[in-house]
Amino acid sequence: MSGAAFALDGVTKVYAGRPALGPLTLDVPPSRTTVLIGPSGCGKSTLLRLLIGLIEPDAGSVMFDGTPVTPVTARAVRLRTGYVIQDGGLFPHLTARGNVTLMARHLGWDQSRIDSRIQELIELTRFPADGLDRRPQHLSGGQRQRVGLMRALMLNPDALLFDEPLGALDPLVRADLQVELREVFRTLGKTVVLVTHDLGEAAYFADHLVLLRDGQIVQQGSPADLWRRPADPFVTRFVQAQRGPEVPA
Amino acid sequence: MTRYWILFLGLLAGCSGPVNKPVVIGDKKFTESIILAEMGVQLARSSGVKARREDLGGTPAVWLALTQGDIDAYVEYTGTITREIFPTEPPDLAAALAAHGVRMSKPLGFRNNYALGMRKDVAAAKSITKISDLARPDLADLRCGFIPEFVDRADGWPGLKKRYALPQGNVQTMVHTLAYRAVAERAIDVTEVYTTDGEIAQYDLLVLEDDGHFFPAYEAVWLYRADLEERHPAVVEQLRRLEGHIAEVEMRRMNSRAQGDQKEDERKIASEFLSYALGVTPPTAAESTDDTLAGRVLQTTYEHLQLVVPSLFAATLVAVPLGVVAARRPTLGKVVLATTGVLQTIPSLALLLFMIPVMMALIGKGIGAPPAIAALFLYSLLPIVRNTHTGLTGIPASLRESAVALGLPPWAALWRVELPLAAPTILAGIRTAAVINVGTATLGGFMWAGGSGRPILRGIDKFDLPLMLEGAIPAALLALAIETLFGLVERVVTRRG
Repeated sequence: MSGAAFALDGVTKVYAGRPALGPLTLDVPPSRTTVLIGPSGCGKSTLLRLLIGLIEPDAGSVMFDGTPVTPVTARAVRLRTGYVIQDGGLFPHLTARGNVTLMARHLGWDQSRIDSRIQELIELTRFPADGLDRRPQHLSGGQRQRVGLMRALMLNPDALLFDEPLGALDPLVRADLQVELREVFRTLGKTVVLVTHDLGEAAYFADHLVLLRDGQIVQQGSPADLWRRPADPFVTRFVQAQRGPEVPA
Repeated sequence: MTRYWILFLGLLAGCSGPVNKPVVIGDKKFTESIILAEMGVQLARSSGVKARREDLGGTPAVWLALTQGDIDAYVEYTGTITREIFPTEPPDLAAALAAHGVRMSKPLGFRNNYALGMRKDVAAAKSITKISDLARPDLADLRCGFIPEFVDRADGWPGLKKRYALPQGNVQTMVHTLAYRAVAERAIDVTEVYTTDGEIAQYDLLVLEDDGHFFPAYEAVWLYRADLEERHPAVVEQLRRLEGHIAEVEMRRMNSRAQGDQKEDERKIASEFLSYALGVTPPTAAESTDDTLAGRVLQTTYEHLQLVVPSLFAATLVAVPLGVVAARRPTLGKVVLATTGVLQTIPSLALLLFMIPVMMALIGKGIGAPPAIAALFLYSLLPIVRNTHTGLTGIPASLRESAVALGLPPWAALWRVELPLAAPTILAGIRTAAVINVGTATLGGFMWAGGSGRPILRGIDKFDLPLMLEGAIPAALLALAIETLFGLVERVVTRRG
């Protein structure tokens, strides 16, 4: 199974007269995990939303799998991608099952196809089956995130986008989910774009790491590249600001 | 949502009434007019047809109802026909009426002339015995209270003032019944009276002589539709049996029986008169639904729902989409919210009355239920539009974006995500509209739309508290019932997914 690639060429986005992003050119490699990282306001969430046409660029172009992402094509792109935000972005009026199957029902899948897909997904995400008929507000934060992941995976998309997916979780749940998510990414081999401001998390997930500041790419490469060969003092400072435990070597 | 719509459709279906059309005798909603209409109904029934009374309002409304076929006959006064119905006095009255498909009977025997009345002690203290006395400069500050129609009509106060050069400037408008009480309580000094009014004897008033002969003769006559003569010749024949049979003193006596302390039922007064004057005994058991309190309340409640349910249903169908548009297009939304907001600030009575000419122009029927429903419809818009707008714009941006990001097309995102999320707020808006609607619909009594407003207004006219409560209490209970019903629906909708 393989994913599809995104490509941005000369993209700019202006908010209220101030440039929020770009001009920026970036290739997101297929079937690998790309992590966008940077301080608050660096434009990483804006970039993510440009990828599936939730917002339109003011200049430049966004391509998905060789096709331009435009208002006309955006819906087709979204059907081939899954999008997960902090706390899952679940609809409170629907049960977990209702959330996961919303799109499939809209597309007219028959019930047996829906049921077997749900079965695959709860095994993949280790979601407890008895939680399927609960509303989001009656699920734990970690469970909500699993439902969000299942919903994103329901149509078996070519790419998955995550915006601070684990940001609202307490540290232990977060650590567990990081392990499980990376396993899922490796198993599925899809194109993954993940936004975080946590360098440890970024390093853990990233095949390819993109560091943004003020709407511009400061440096990109493997996590090791950024640690060993920081491109400028900002990268050095950013890397050093992420403290780990001070244990004796 | 579905359950809720079914409920509405059910109520709507329940509101289509019977089609069988009885003979309808109209009245102007004052005692004498009602007694005479009641006589007409009973005479018509005695000829074997179904008949009922329709309480309408002032002359224009009754004339309109007659010419457009809502009623078949009513008692009018010759002075009103020649001065008010026709802009100029027609040379051939019968021909002028025939041009409108209307015929006139011979006079019924009594005159109900306009006159002015005062307390006898007040008049004596100021040495007033006739209208020309009122022209004295020292009487310029007399307080006058007249019905609005009298103040507006050329053959009313303006003409009278001119003819006698009257100096009085303190003129208030009030309901006829209230004016009598106001005179009795010395709150005003002069009011207009009709010479057959029962109150003249009841309050022992002095009728000022029209020594300048300003007021014309107001002889009571039947006006009836020409086609009634073809459809029910026997009914016309029965109605005309009253010709020349009601003396002025007789009429005044009947009026005072209905209005004095005993407040006798107009129906009973009419049937007693018919029995001893004409030997008519109408079939008593006929159409008895009107006669018990429970039957009357059921009937008015049913009529009330016929106003409330269609207007609310139509308002929901229009206001929810308007609310959606307002939420989607903020600029247009401001216009929509401002417009519906302005509608809400129009006093409800004014809006109801404004609907009369509008509906006349639109559907050729200016009185009755349609204009009331139209006004209630406009009134129901704002709460629903506003709550739909609030409900939709209150959805967190992240949820709206999640729906789009899933790949749902805009209408599906609206239908599957946004409207369900906003449903409790929208329902609360519909509930508010329903409760306002039940209350405002009582004002439909002013435009002869039926419902609980009819007994309330009739009760005010007659100063009859039990009759007012007969309309007010069911209306209040209906509002509570609707409030409770919507509370249950809201709970179901919130619990379901």
